[in-house]
Order: sequence, then C-alpha cells, then structure tokens
Amino acid sequence: MTRVPSVTSQILDAAPSRRGFLTGAGAVGLGGLLAACGVGGGSDKGAAGSGKGSIRALFMKQAGYSEENIRAMTSSFQKANPGVKVTTDFVSYEALHDKIVAAAPAGTYDVVLIDVIWPAEFGSKHIVADVTSKWPASWKQKMLPGAVATPQYDGKLYGVPWILDTKYFFYNTAHLQKAKVDPAQLDTWDGVMKAARTIKASGATTYPLVWSWQQAEALICDYAQLVGAFGGTFLDDSGKPAFNQGGGVQAVEFMRQSVVDKLSNPGSTQSLEEDVRRVFSAGQASMALNWTYMYGLADDPKQSQVAGDVAVLQTPKGTQGRPGVNGSMALAVSSGSKQQKAAWDYVTYLTSQPVQDKYALSSLPVWQSSYDDPKVVKTNPAVVPQAKKQLGDMILRPQVQSYNAVSQALQAEIQNALLGKKTPQKAMDDAASKASSLLGS
Amino acid sequence: MRPGTRYLVLIHVAAVVMAVVVLAPFAWLVVSSISPSTELLSSHPHWIPQHPTLSRYRQIFSSAPGSDDVAANFRLAMGNSLIVATATTLISLAVGTVGGYAFARLRFRFRRTALFSFLAIYMLPPIALVIPLYLALANLGLLDTKTGLVVTYCSIVTPFCLWTMSNYYLSMPPDLEEAARVDGCTRLGALVRVILPLARPGLLTTGMFGFLLAWDEFLYSLIFTSTTNAKTIPVAIAEFTGKYSSDFGLIAAGGVLAAAPPLLLALLFQRYIVGGLTSGAVKG
Amino acid sequence: MALLLPAAVVVFGVVLYPVIRTFVVSLYDVNSPMAGAYPFVGLHNYTRVFQDSGFYPVLGHTLYFTLVSTFAELTLGIAVALLLNAPLKARWLWRSIVVLPWALPTIVNGALWRWIYNGQYGALNGVLDSLGISHTPHQWLGSPFLALNMVILADVWKNTSIVVFFILAGLQTIPADLYEAARMDGAGAWKAFWRVTLPLLAPSIAVVLILRTIEAFKVFDIIYVMTGGGPASGTQTIAFYTYLQAFSNQLFGYGAALAYLIVIAVFVLAMAYLRILRQGQMAGVE
Repeated sequence: MTRVPSVTSQILDAAPSRRGFLTGAGAVGLGGLLAACGVGGGSDKGAAGSGKGSIRALFMKQAGYSEENIRAMTSSFQKANPGVKVTTDFVSYEALHDKIVAAAPAGTYDVVLIDVIWPAEFGSKHIVADVTSKWPASWKQKMLPGAVATPQYDGKLYGVPWILDTKYFFYNTAHLQKAKVDPAQLDTWDGVMKAARTIKASGATTYPLVWSWQQAEALICDYAQLVGAFGGTFLDDSGKPAFNQGGGVQAVEFMRQSVVDKLSNPGSTQSLEEDVRRVFSAGQASMALNWTYMYGLADDPKQSQVAGDVAVLQTPKGTQGRPGVNGSMALAVSSGSKQQKAAWDYVTYLTSQPVQDKYALSSLPVWQSSYDDPKVVKTNPAVVPQAKKQLGDMILRPQVQSYNAVSQALQAEIQNALLGKKTPQKAMDDAASKASSLLGS
Repeated sequence: MRPGTRYLVLIHVAAVVMAVVVLAPFAWLVVSSISPSTELLSSHPHWIPQHPTLSRYRQIFSSAPGSDDVAANFRLAMGNSLIVATATTLISLAVGTVGGYAFARLRFRFRRTALFSFLAIYMLPPIALVIPLYLALANLGLLDTKTGLVVTYCSIVTPFCLWTMSNYYLSMPPDLEEAARVDGCTRLGALVRVILPLARPGLLTTGMFGFLLAWDEFLYSLIFTSTTNAKTIPVAIAEFTGKYSSDFGLIAAGGVLAAAPPLLLALLFQRYIVGGLTSGAVKG
Repeated sequence: MALLLPAAVVVFGVVLYPVIRTFVVSLYDVNSPMAGAYPFVGLHNYTRVFQDSGFYPVLGHTLYFTLVSTFAELTLGIAVALLLNAPLKARWLWRSIVVLPWALPTIVNGALWRWIYNGQYGALNGVLDSLGISHTPHQWLGSPFLALNMVILADVWKNTSIVVFFILAGLQTIPADLYEAARMDGAGAWKAFWRVTLPLLAPSIAVVLILRTIEAFKVFDIIYVMTGGGPASGTQTIAFYTYLQAFSNQLFGYGAALAYLIVIAVFVLAMAYLRILRQGQMAGVE
C-alpha cells in the first residue's frame, strides 16, 4: 500500500529554488515601491462643499435616540433644507469606533457620532474636523458645562455634544424596606456600604451590589466615578499619571474591599452594563450604578421583576465629592467630508434645543434651560431632577491621544487588583508606568 | 470476524454518550430560544420552560424590515448570507478545482512559491487587511454590497479549496487522465470530462466547508457593511446585544435559524462528506 | 500553468494591493489611517514586538490555546471517527448529530457558551447543582487561566466535528484486510490501532493539524464575543492583540508587523508538522 502524497510534502521534497525566491522577492519589492508612494490611506482633503447635495451620517443603534427618532429628525431636516439629502447608517456601539477608523481614509461618512473618549484620538489624527471657529459663542454659556467639555481636545472643539449621559445610583425600594434601611444613608459611599451589610444580613439578597467591571471601557467608567468621589485624578497638571496616588488608589481599594466583603456580586468582573441591568431587574441586586437607560427598562413590568420598586439618585458622595462620569457622545464632521457645510448644518439642526426637547424621553438635552422646562421634566420625572444636579458635575477620563491604550492598561491592572492577583497599590503603580511610556510617545 | 455482542453494546453506549455531549449545549440553545426572559434569568435554570413562547421567532418572521426592531433585519441578513456564501462557494470551488489540479499534476516553475503565496493569504488574520481592503472596496464602489463581500470572501475560501482539492486529486490514480489525454483530450478537457465526475465527493465536501467559512465570517462583514443591503447573519446576531439591550433568548433564536442552512446542506450531502477528501474507498 | 490563472485572479485581484500595502505599512511608524508622511523605521516594528512586555503573555496564551485545542480536537476527533466507522445501527443519525456544532455560527457559539458559563444563570452551574456535584455557583469566566480553558472548551466543542469528518474520510481508505492481518498476527485492538491505523492516518492528521493551527492563530471572533480579551487580559490571543494594537490603538505599523509575524509563525509550525509526520510515515507500514 503506497503512502498517499500530499501537495505540501511533495513541495518539501523539491529542492529550494533560488530563482523562484529571488523573483518573488523582486515582485514584492516592486509592489512595495509602488505602494510606498502613498503610505497611509486615501486623500483626507476635505472640502466645505456647496451646502447642497448628499451626505452620509453614522449613528449608533439602540442607544439614546432610537433609529425611528433619528429618522424622524432627519426627514424634518430635509424638509427644512430641500437641497440636502441625508443617508443614515446605524451600527452597534462596539463597531462604531472601528467603523469610523476604517472609513476615515475613504471619506465614506460626512457626519459621525463619537464617544467622549475619542476627540483626542480622532482630532489629533485628523479623522474629525476642528469646528472651534464654527461654534457660536453663546453655546458655551447655554449648554451644560459637562456637555461643552465632551468634544474638546487641546483647547479645540471637534464636534457638538448631542447625547448626554452619566451613571446614576439605582436602588430597590423593596429590599431597603425589608432591611429597614433609610434611603438617606445612600447619599455617601460609606452609607452605601453600611446599607449593603444590613441588606445582606437581612437576607433580602446575597450580593446587594452589582457592577460592570468586565475588562472593557465600562470598568473605567465606574472607576472614574469612584476616583472623582475620592478626590483623585487620572493625570496631574503636567499630564503625568496620578491615579496611583490618593483617590486613584482608594477607589480601587474600595472596589476590591466590596468584593472581599462579599457585598459585591462576584460576577461583576465579567459584567457589562446590560448584565448589571439584568441582575438588578431580576431582583438579585439591591443597588447599582448604571446609565440613564436602565430606569425605563428596570421599571417596565414586561421586562423586569422589580418594576415599581426602582428609585434613582445622584451618585453617592465620597470623601471629596460626587462627580458623575461623563459618558456623553457628540456629533462630529469628518475631515475627509467633501460637504462639510451641509454636514455642519445637519449637526446644528440635530443638536438644537427644540429638536432635543422634543425627543427628551429618549435622551436628555444638552441645554441648561431645558431642565427647567416642565414638558421636559414630565418625560422622565424620576430621572430629570437627578440629571439636572448630576450633569452639572462631571468627571472626564483623560483626553489624550493614546487614551485607548492607557485605558487598556488600566483595565488590565484594575482587574488584577479586583481578582486579588496584585495589591491595589502595586496594580496602579504598574498601570502608571505603562501609561507613562504611552503618554510620552 | 463478526463483532461480539459486548463490543456492539459498548459502541452503542459510547455513541449515546457522544450524542448527549454534543447535543446538550445545542438543546440548551433551543430551549433558551423558547424560554421567556423571566425564566432565562432565574437562579435555577428551567430545563423545560414553564411558559414556552414562540414570540421571538414570530418577531423575526413577521416584523417589518427597516424599523428599529433588530429582529426584522435578521430575515434580510439571512438572505444576504445565503447569497454571499453560495456565490463565494461556487466561484471558489470552480476556480480552486481547476487550480488545485495544476498543483497536483503539473510541474512548473514557482510552483512552491505559488502554493505558499496562496496559503499565506489564508493564514493572514483578517485584521491585517481590513483597512486597505476597505479603501480598495470604497474605490471600486463595492462597500456595503454583497458583491464586495463575495470578492473579499473568495480571497479566503479559494486558497482553502485549492489546497484541499489538490490533496484530493493526489489520492486519485493518474491513469484515467493519462488514458484521456492519450485519446487526445487537453489537460482541462481531461479534468472536466474524466476527473470531475469521479471527484464529486471531494467537491461536495470542499464546497461545504468553504460555504461555512463564508457563512461564519464576522470581521470583514462587520466593517464593510452598514445596512441591510449586505449585512450578514453573524453581524445581525451580534447586534442583538448592544450596550443597552440584550436578550440571550433572541440570540438563541437567531442562532437556531442561522444553523439551519448549513445543517440542511450537511444532511443532504451527508454520504459525500465521508467519501470526500479521498477518492473512493480502497477496501479489501 | 494557465489553469492557475483564474484562481490567481480571484485571490490576488483584490487582495494583492492590501497585502503588499500592509507589509509596506509595517515598515513605517504609522499611527493613523489617514494619508501622510510617516517615518520609515525598517524592521523596527518587528523587533519592537519582542520588546513589548505585553506580547509575551499573549504569545503564551496563543501557544497554549493552539496546543490544547488542537490536541483535544485531534484526540476526540479520532475517537469519534473510529466510533462512527464502527458497525453502528443508524449510522446516518449519529453522523448527523456530530454535524450540529459545526453548523452553528461562531458568534452564536460564543454567546451560547458565555451564557452557559454565566455565574448567575448559567446552565453549567445549574447542571452541577442538579447533579449534586457542587452547589456553589462558580465564576467560570472569572479568573484568567480558567477563562482561557473555558474558551478552549467552547471552541473544541464546535470544531471537533470538522476533525471527525476529515479523519473519518481518512479511515475509509484503510483496507479492512490490513486489520484482519494484524489481528491474525495476534495484535490486540490497541496495538492494531497504533501500528496500522495511526500511521496510515498520518496524511489526514497532517491536514487537520495544519488547518486547525492556522485557525487557532487566527482565532478572534469567539474571544470578541465571549470575553473581550479578559479577565485580566487572560484570554487575549495574538490575533485579538493585533486587533487591539491596529484598531483600538491605531498603531497600524505595529499591528501590521504583528500580523505578518503570525503568518511566519504558522508557516514554521506547518513545516514542522510535515517534517515530523513524514518521518512517522516512513517508519510505518510500507
């Protein structure tokens, strides 16, 4: 029985051909020369355009404004601006960053929705356009300060804030009643911990707290809010890492301690915001931090077992304060757009107060006076008053070019601390040294 | 030698054990797809749902496309996936069958380099090529089109078909083609008229695996498509969970439906899967 | 030669430019997708990989993932293939069952196992609880090394099917009389397997090893869906790491170098397999 030869083994038998190798190398070299004439992407020469024509906009699915909302806004805009036609694309949040990066050299999109942590990265790499000169001066006074900070980098503005969000403190009134805990206790993190112990002892639930501490940006959002509470900062005034001192470390120690004391659900280290909502909605957690959206879903009897028992508060106070993490998003004009004027008109329309107030149920407006408008308050009476307080006091994650890499380092090290693999101080020191080399580059 | 009873019992027990291990996760998938959310989220899994519901399937089959409802887009994505995967498979198979023959039977210069080049494309992680491919497709106007996806997937599936088919040819004795060529056939003619009919098992198996490569592909589809014009199933399912909403039951329903076409293909061509990859049994 | 032309056009037509361009990008310090003048750094991106302290754990995870998953798939695959080759009743039924995991899209497979492993509602904890094996809920994806193994389990469950069918096909070419001869010479079943079956399966095993190794080095989708690389970066494998560098951090030059290093690594492994298996073949029945 002869052995069956395979193509690859046959080729192994053949003697290496020098001619073949050289020719191959030559071809690659030639191709390399040709390609080297333009390392990098396509043309990024944007243009203002005539203000008329078609533009394409990239949004996020299932968040803030719904697709229906945005389509409605868009058709109103087109009615008011007959020369402009807008096509809207929707992708999931996870894909949004990658889509913007991949599409940038090709200039596919004229308007893109960007997260608060991207202006530094996109602005410095000329993916989105600098619109500082286009901003009317009045906007800076009329918008909430947290909103104005959202599209900023290096003193310039790279977009217009559109979706404002921060994390609020949700609690289950039934659990608190059962454990006879006074909600006023929840005003400080110390009080929250005491309440958690009482609730655990009462048997209302095994793990009163649940968090979104998976190795993802969600972890840094929670961390940022705690850093603010303990008076720490991410970077010092000279731009060097400062999170391995003071409040930055205390925040991690606080997080770790809640796990050790079995007050925080051990699944938190693999949970994202949706997992937090599910656990809370199933009545398996008494208290949680989450974005605005959780209120509606947790209070909906069709989706939640705790509907009617949900209350929302400002984030608790730490030793130094109670800023909410700035989780907002802004609309930006891409620098490769050939219709920047039309794009800007579209952005201005979408972010205008009348439009935002109309859809306030889906996403709270960026304009200060909206929060006193009774119609706006009526859309979400539980959340709006808290939002008014919280949105005026926000903490930003570092607005640096290499933010994603810094965040990854922080995520990995905070997880090390949460899992008990390193002490909080050591973990943050290691993160700081990684971050230093990233920030220096 | 007739197998003893003990042996027969043993292998059937083993078969049942294997079936349980293989089926259990899949069964859980199906159960989850018909369990209401409240039961999915209870602390003790309900192996048999108390209130089974087909609402998710109804959602997928009946909601209007283009609305906010992610489920509606699933139908369109299924259509896209079928078209893209089928086209990719047919093209790659055709081209790979012919090319694989060259590798198997012919001796030519640069044969080694050529084979390595094809395989290298298959070995390269998609990440490496996403951005320049995006540019290339944009310049050709193929973004967010099924054609663009087909073109991209062919570059992955063709090397696979090439290599697999050439291995298959090598396991077939060359005498038949020799005879055909003696009778005056060209190489291509010999291939088409003599070899291919005999190579059907190999073709079908390669085609099926190639189909699944295209069916399963995620990253390129995620980046290159943005609307239901071209979105494929993996992307559509990934969109079922978002930052602000997730229901495993819906993903499960999508998964069950998405597994159906490959499963059907496998069942239809079952006999050939085994016969494929080597030519006919050389049984004693 | 002309027979190759259609294949070449299809594969390289659209892909040649990206492949070359990515290689060229790997020689420059490119940190933005936009066109521009970037400094030429030659092979610096490649050497930088070996100076990157984050790379070695990732390499370790990848090698572990590849070795364990390939070995598991091969062992289980051969075992199941032998089973399906045996005189079972209703063979078509068993073979159809084995096809099921293969038919499930990877994205769904990842989501399914993530759900099974869930510390709160997961079926795995549920099964252990019902069987009385363990009543405390485990966090299967909660610690780095454990998570890596659970991801491997999910991947093996899906991909063993393919291995089964490749090996089954290989088994068909082994003439039954060889077994008879070996058994009549007094060899037990195990020895017959080891001395007769396995060496003759070598070509199929080689193909499977190469295919699964390539896929293991490219593995991305299941990690993206199941763990996102965590916990504590424990499930970051090399393709995922390349994605983080190239896309999240926009270090395109560095990411390109990583990608080409992956190709080189897989080539080397594939060549190694072939040499080892050819030696085995030579020593076998001839």
